[in-house]
Amino acid sequence: MKPARKQRLILISLMVIGVAIATGFALKSFNENLMYFFSTTDVVAGKAPKDSLFRLGGMVIKGSVERPGDGMMVRFKLTDFSKEVTVEYTGILPDLFREGQGIVAHGKLNAQGVFIAEEVLAKHDENYMPPEVKASLKTKSLSEKGQ
Amino acid sequence: MFLVPDIVVRFFHRMASPPHFYAFTQRLMPWLGTVFVLLTLAGLYGGLYLAPADYQQGDSYRIIYIHVPAAWMSLFIYIVMATAGAIGLIWRIKLAEVVAISSAPIGASFTFIALFTGSLWGKPMWGTWWVWDARLTSELILLFLYLGVIGLYGAIDDKKIASKAVAILALVGVVNIPIIHYSVEWWNTLHQGPTVTKMDKPSIHVSMLIPLLLMALSFKSYYLIALMQRSRIELLKRERNSQWVKTMILEADK
Repeated sequence: MKPARKQRLILISLMVIGVAIATGFALKSFNENLMYFFSTTDVVAGKAPKDSLFRLGGMVIKGSVERPGDGMMVRFKLTDFSKEVTVEYTGILPDLFREGQGIVAHGKLNAQGVFIAEEVLAKHDENYMPPEVKASLKTKSLSEKGQ
Repeated sequence: MFLVPDIVVRFFHRMASPPHFYAFTQRLMPWLGTVFVLLTLAGLYGGLYLAPADYQQGDSYRIIYIHVPAAWMSLFIYIVMATAGAIGLIWRIKLAEVVAISSAPIGASFTFIALFTGSLWGKPMWGTWWVWDARLTSELILLFLYLGVIGLYGAIDDKKIASKAVAILALVGVVNIPIIHYSVEWWNTLHQGPTVTKMDKPSIHVSMLIPLLLMALSFKSYYLIALMQRSRIELLKRERNSQWVKTMILEADK
């Protein structure tokens, strides 16, 4: 390679590496702000903001969804498989909201530590399969448990 | 250089010459067009008709056959554009500059399609058109990078300087590409994690995966077609005073 080209190559590589390092540091320092939601463990540990709105993500515990009263109010428990938080929401839930699915709720904690959600979004997983495959996976895991 | 077979080196040397590129792409076009049509028909037939409905999302998931290939292309084209820009800067190859700037509008379109179809998909599934999570935001920044490249190129009259400027802008923006790809792993996002490109086997059923890959190839071939057509026009504009363009036009007049 000719010296002039080599010099340009080095200059450009240095520029790209420099930008990458700078961005890396910037992202690292803003890491907390880039999290779209807090986990239930964060909330139980008191890391979530007390008086302001924030987002809480987790999996809806199976069998925990209940509708106290006649209204639109739904109460359910969220978990990240270590700590649980109770959520109350009044409104229409998205199509993909079901027990055992991940969701993200936007709202704030009340004095009792219950999360009062203003908005509930469903987080779908990265698995795509036909219903028959899902059914056979289920029976397979059930029969494995039975043994 | 010595590891690359001689015939490949010669091919690239010849492709870098504008008249040869112009003639070669003209001959390639009908073939590419056929490949594109066949791949698209096969992919759409497989995706919309043969593939089964999803266990969670029913038929709504079928937008994946546009959304995911478009999102892949938005990243792929950016890498091509930045690489071509770097080659143009270092080796001063005119054709590389042309490829870089011709890629920008195509990449911007694919980014827009990915964002738009993602929004359509998000409303019924997540319950919202748009959220400011890391994946969606970094993809939006990618769209702005493309628009920045197009705008910067248009703003500078001297196209030699313009090419250098956009190459540097594109190279600075390269840092966004790994951020987009890994955003769903580094941070909590509403967008789900990777399906096809994970290390272990993809978590999509094979009957759904094959049409998806066919659509990805179809989008790739569309990009090649669009890129070549745009590059040919850009070349003619830049080389309008050169001998080969004059000879070609005179021959066409006869």
